[in-house]
Formats: sequence, C-alpha cells, structure tokens
Amino acid sequence: MRKLLLLISFAFLLSFSFTYSQNFINGTIVYENQFGETLPFSRSYCLLAKYKLGTLSDIDGNYEIPLSNSSNKLVFKFLGFKDQVIDITDKKIYNITMFIDDNILDEVTINKKRKTIQKSYFKTQNITNVSSDELLKAACCNISESFETNPSIDVNYSNAVTGVKQVKMLGLESPYLLITEENIPMIRGASQVYGLSFIPGTWVESMQITKGSGSVVNGFESISGQINVELKKPYSDSPFFVNVYSNNMGRNEINIHGNKIINDKLSTGLYLHANKNSSINDKNNDGFLDNPTSDAFNLFNRWQYINTEKGLVSFLGVRFMKDEKIIGENTQDMIFIRDPWRGEINTNRFDSNFKFGYVNPSIPYQSIGFQMAYSNHDQDSFFGIRNYNINQSSFYSSLIYNTILGSTLNKIKFGFNYSYDDFDEIVDKQNIFYSRIDKSFGGFFEYSYDSMDAVSLVAGIRYDIHNNLGDFFTPRLHMRYQPFEKSVMRFSVGTGRKSSNIFSENQNIFATGRDIQILNKSGKFYGLDSEKAINYGFSFRQGFFINNREGDITFDYYVTDFKNQVVVDWETQGELSFYNLNGKSFAKSLQIDFEYQISDNVLIKSTFKNFDVKKQYVSGFKQNPLTPKNRFFTNIEASTNERENGSKWKFDLTYNWIGTQRLTSHTELVDFGGYSPSYSLLNSQITREFSNKLEVYIGGENIGGYTQSNPIIGGDPFGADFDTSLIYAPIHGALFYLGLRLKL
Amino acid sequence: MKYIFIILFFTSSYLFSFQDQDSKSAKVSFEVSGVCDMCKSRIDEGVIKIKGVKYANWNINSNNISIIYNSRKTKLDSIKKNIAALGHDTDKYKAKDEVYQSLPECCYYKTLSIH
Repeated sequence: MRKLLLLISFAFLLSFSFTYSQNFINGTIVYENQFGETLPFSRSYCLLAKYKLGTLSDIDGNYEIPLSNSSNKLVFKFLGFKDQVIDITDKKIYNITMFIDDNILDEVTINKKRKTIQKSYFKTQNITNVSSDELLKAACCNISESFETNPSIDVNYSNAVTGVKQVKMLGLESPYLLITEENIPMIRGASQVYGLSFIPGTWVESMQITKGSGSVVNGFESISGQINVELKKPYSDSPFFVNVYSNNMGRNEINIHGNKIINDKLSTGLYLHANKNSSINDKNNDGFLDNPTSDAFNLFNRWQYINTEKGLVSFLGVRFMKDEKIIGENTQDMIFIRDPWRGEINTNRFDSNFKFGYVNPSIPYQSIGFQMAYSNHDQDSFFGIRNYNINQSSFYSSLIYNTILGSTLNKIKFGFNYSYDDFDEIVDKQNIFYSRIDKSFGGFFEYSYDSMDAVSLVAGIRYDIHNNLGDFFTPRLHMRYQPFEKSVMRFSVGTGRKSSNIFSENQNIFATGRDIQILNKSGKFYGLDSEKAINYGFSFRQGFFINNREGDITFDYYVTDFKNQVVVDWETQGELSFYNLNGKSFAKSLQIDFEYQISDNVLIKSTFKNFDVKKQYVSGFKQNPLTPKNRFFTNIEASTNERENGSKWKFDLTYNWIGTQRLTSHTELVDFGGYSPSYSLLNSQITREFSNKLEVYIGGENIGGYTQSNPIIGGDPFGADFDTSLIYAPIHGALFYLGLRLKL
Repeated sequence: MKYIFIILFFTSSYLFSFQDQDSKSAKVSFEVSGVCDMCKSRIDEGVIKIKGVKYANWNINSNNISIIYNSRKTKLDSIKKNIAALGHDTDKYKAKDEVYQSLPECCYYKTLSIH
C-alpha cells in the first residue's frame, strides 16, 4: 500500500483575470485509486498566501469556494496527483476527477528550483537579481563577459584590438550606469572601460540590476540604471574553491578561493585570480592580433565580523590588481619595412574598503551603516604613437541611518555621502596634461511606503554640493501597484548627472588615426559641460499558468532624455570631436520578455528589444551609430534530475539576433550603404556535475563563427583614416573552452 | 555655510524621527494562535495596521509575536482585542466563533497543527 495519506496538500491557486460575482462555486472531487475504484477526496489543508482564498474538500469530497473578482481559474492541487486547472465560466458546479501522478507518487520530494535570474513581484524598483549560478553559464571569466546570457544588458565590442567588451543598458553606454560593488560606487572615471573586466566572475555572489533611475542613497550618477555586485562573503562561502579554464584562443584562467572561519564572530577569505594569454591569434589575416596577449593577477583579502547578540556586522577588504595587455600588429609572423603599429595597456589598481553596520537588537527597525573606500587606479598605455595615461585616486564614504515613521509600513533612510576624486591624465601624441579634482558632499533622504499588499512607493531626494557640477537637487520616485497576485506594474522617474571623463570613457578613439578635437572651451570638464538627464519608465509584468506551469511576460518601456550630453561625434572620417549637446538627445527602450517553464527541467526565456537612440550631431539629428535598433534573444536551460550522489548534467543554449546598426561614413565601408548587416550568434555550454564538489564544463561562444569581415580599416595604421573602432560584430570566430570547478 | 545647511537639514530629520523613540515605546511579546504562513501574513499585516503599532513580527514555530508600540496611542489590551477580532486567539481574548469560521481553512488552528 502506498503511503497515500502521508502528506496531502490541496490548494486553490488563483491566477489573473476578471469575473464579477460574489457567488459560490462548488462541486465534488473524486479520484480513481489503483484498483480502478472512484473514491471521494477527503480533507486536508489549503495553502495560499496572497489572496486569502482557498478551501478544503469535506470527507465526501465536496467543496465550496467564493468566486473571486480577481480570478477566473481554479487550480486543484494534491500532492501525488496531477494538478487540475479549470476555467471558470457561467457554471456554478464543477466536478473534478484527480489522477494519480505516477512520476512522483513513489517518492515524494518537494523540490522547487530557484531561478538563476529572478524578478520580484514585491520590490518597488524594477530590479532583476542575477545569482552566481547564472554567472556560471558564461563561464569565462569576468563580469563584463557574464551578460551574454542576460537580456537586460547588451554586450558590445568597443574596438578590434583591445578585445574589451562594453556593456549597454536601455541603449546607453556603461558610463550612464552606476556600477557599485556592495553599494560602493566602483566602476567610474578611470576604470570605466576596463573596470568590469577586472572583477572575476567567481568572486561574485549575486548582482542586482536596476532599470531606470536608481536609489538616491548611492549618489546622483545613475542615469539609465544601476548594477550592484555582491561579492562572496567569507562566512558563507565554501572553504575552498578552484576554477580552471582554457580556450582555443590560448587564454588560460585560474581562480582559487580560500575561506576560514576563525571563531563564531570573525572569518576571512583570500581570493586569487590570474590569467594569461600568450598565443598570437590572427585568424582573419588582417595582420593584427585578434585579441591581445595578456597577463593579469588579482588578489583580494577580506575580513568579516558578525556579532548577532550586539547587532554588529563589519567588513574590511584589501585588493590589488595588475593587468598587462599587448595589442597591435602581428610582429611575430610578419616582416615590417616600417615600424609596426603596436600598443600596450598596463593597469595597476589598489582598492580598500571598510564597512560597519549596527542594528539595535531590541529595536530591529533601526539601523545605522557606515562605509568608506579608497582606491587608486593607474593606467599607462599607448596605441601606436598615441599615449593615454591616467591616474585616479578616489575616496568615498557614506553614512546611512534607517528608521520608521509611525510603523514599519513607512520607512525612512537618510544620511550623507562624501566623495573625492583626483584625476591626472596624459593624452595623445602631444602628451597634453589634464588634472582635475572632483569633490562632492551630499545629503539624502528616502521615504518608502509599503501597504503590504498592492501598493508601495519609494520617494527620494538628495542635495549635493560639488566643486565642478555646482549645487543641485536630485529627486527620484518609484511606484509599484500590484492589483492581482501575478500582475505588477511599476513606474519610475528621476534625474541624474555626471561629469564626463571623455578620454577614459572613449579609449577606443586612441586606436584610430582620427584627429581629436574638443569644440567647447568654457566648461569645467575638458572645456565641456557636465551631463544631465531625466529618466522615466513604465513596466508591466503578468504571470500566468499554462498547463499548470509557471511563466510570465514583461513589458518595459524607458526613456532617457538628456538636458545636456557630451556628444562623441564619429561622423566625419579622420576626425573625432567632442562637444556639448545642442538640441535633442534621447534613448527610448522597449523590452518584451517572455519566460516559461516548459517542464520541471526546461526553462525558456525570450526577449525582444527595440532601441531608439537619437541625438543632434553637428551634421544632423541621427540615430546613434553602432547601436542595433532591434535585438532578439532566446535562452534555453535544461538539466537532468539530480542523482543521489549529486551528479547531473546541465545544458544551456543562447541565441542572439542583432539587427542592423548605423555605420558612420568611411570610404572602406561605403559598400554597406550606411548600415551593417544583421547577424546571429549562438553560445552553448554543457556542464557535468559529478558531485556537489566537482564539475567540468565545456562550451562554445559564437559557434556559427560570424565575424566582421573588415574590423580594421583605413590602410596605413599611422594615417588619419586608420580605424579599429567601427565594430558591429565579433572579431574572432567560434571559440571553444573547457574548464573545471572544485569546491570543498 | 552650505555644508552646515545640509547637515542641519538631514540631522533635523534624524532628531525628528527620534522624538518618539523614548519612554513611550513599549516592547511586548505574547502568544497568538496560528498554524501557517497565511496566518503569519494575516497576523503581521493586521497588527502593523493597528494605530500606534510600530513593529510586529509573529513567529510560526513559537507562536509568539513581538510588538513595539507607542503606549500613548494604543494599549496592550486593545492590541490583543484587535488580534482576536482578526480571528486569532490571544492569552486574554479569544476569537469569536463566527470570525474563526471565516478564516481561510488552512488557518483552523484549533484542529490543525503547524504546517
């Protein structure tokens, strides 16, 4: 006899829609046992969190439930039986037959997998949480490469020689994003282009991607969104971890983590990362290395202190990073009658931070947090005969206090930030020296209301005093309305400002022969004014059950409207100019996401994106170059059931279609007629978990091998027409990799 | 000068929020009957919406609720009365039968165990 009575649960799950009646529905529920007898379903208990509706059948299998305005579906759930979903029509009586689910009756385990990319119904802001499991899908190797499987962020190559991938969100480049590491602004100024590639993927515990203007707590800089990176915590991370990776382009990576819990309050972790790529690749035979040869080393030590009785938590971290890249012509296999065009990018970076938090154990809604960080970023580089050196020293600190107004339905946060940045730059052939100090002091106040059911809002304002940007207010507002359990709409609006570090944000200009000009003289930043924008957006998400499997569809529409922007003008061959926006500039982004759990082990995600990014150039009002108007993305993840020894297979497939992009005029691109061709990319990965400790993965990127035929154009690399930055597609063809992870 | 303005502005909000932090705040803990997660959301939401209650957290396993409230705006007795009116028994007030009957059936704590 099967243990049928063991744990029987029964619930009415209500999904969306509209039936206007307060009447009751009733009926009888029966099932067929293994001997073919039809028996009534007797009572058990209901579960259902949100709508407080749900009922039990009585001993004879009869049930009764009030009709809900917000529902037109009834779900009959009973552990060990197949779920039955019925649509409510005009009928009042629904008799149900439940069928035994042979797959689960023998051995009942409740196993709900957490999705690797999670969107919340309850958070006020439009935040997507990316777990470390998602990062594993793009096994290599750092954060800038980890967004290939994630539809919120677009990844673009910035030029044909440095191999750097740059991220975009809502159609805007990464400088318009605020990138924080555990809520400390991190990738900014000097580290803007390469910074994300300096954070190894294995160090990351999770990432939070906020669309639209972020919270005022972290500063005034976020314009199109925010990416927060949470690193592994010594107390909760596994004691020992190794990852090795190797690909057919000659890149080798290693990560070693060690964590030690010293006593119940103190723990420490040491995280090491190194990579080396010494092979010379010129698969497209253009005489230039397809990717740089490189050497990098990254070491991070962090300490964690937790005292739960006193409500204290503290972190201390120190980090050192060294990265060397050699780019340019293939001097190994070619003989030159002139000087070869080469370049080097050498970066040293030091980071340190301290965080301290206190929660009053007897008043759990009051807490205070303090954080401070110091970093020095030093980059020495040359591209042919053009130099670019930058040194940035930064200090940042913030103090934040959380409490309530009246009750925990009304929460407030306020505090101060102070930041100090000292930039020194040596730029171009003439070695022009720029030096600048940015200092800002600001106070912020954020109010949040949560009705605990349908409505919540976060309203924040900050006031900053900045030596170069002036004194200004930054208001931001986020609202959420959830009329039904599976429907949520969000609205946000806010302003943001930033100083434009034109050279460090646009380092691809140096790997060209273009003559660099700055057309304005009177501003505080290289003669240019600061950038200012307002961002607003609307999002709607609807969850559903089809075949009793969960899915959802999300519409996001966001607009960034620039009041001032530094225009980077690539329109004229042989020239590159920077100037203040004179006219309109906007980025409108529409994104439609669809997600559906096809079976227990297969999840499909699809995204369509449309970007309308236009601005006023000297030569006219135009679409931004090298920004695809349309994109389509599909990801399928699947896995086998986990065996008792913890072993399983995982499969992942990502398809990307990238639409046409406007190209700027260049004599070698005239054949394209002004627009790049559209193309598709396919990435895939297979992981074999032998146990919970050991796994091996293989994968391929750009498996179809689509490449841009002419990534480097303009003939003589020392001439004015030389260009490596008009990149619309991958430079290297198919890439295959193999790796291993060991966790003890 | 401007710096002082900022500090004053934001510090005053600090003091403002601290104002009612003193002796008026009372912290209590007592038993409330319930058996499931739905009971928890019913109790927590119901209690926090009582005027004068600043914080409420009910624990399913111990059946204990921790409450911080403003003793000038409400009394412990009235909080307990309110909880009983939600359909959940307290040490002092019991839920009326018809209220109990109207609970979601998973919350029938008189006949069900914690689940």
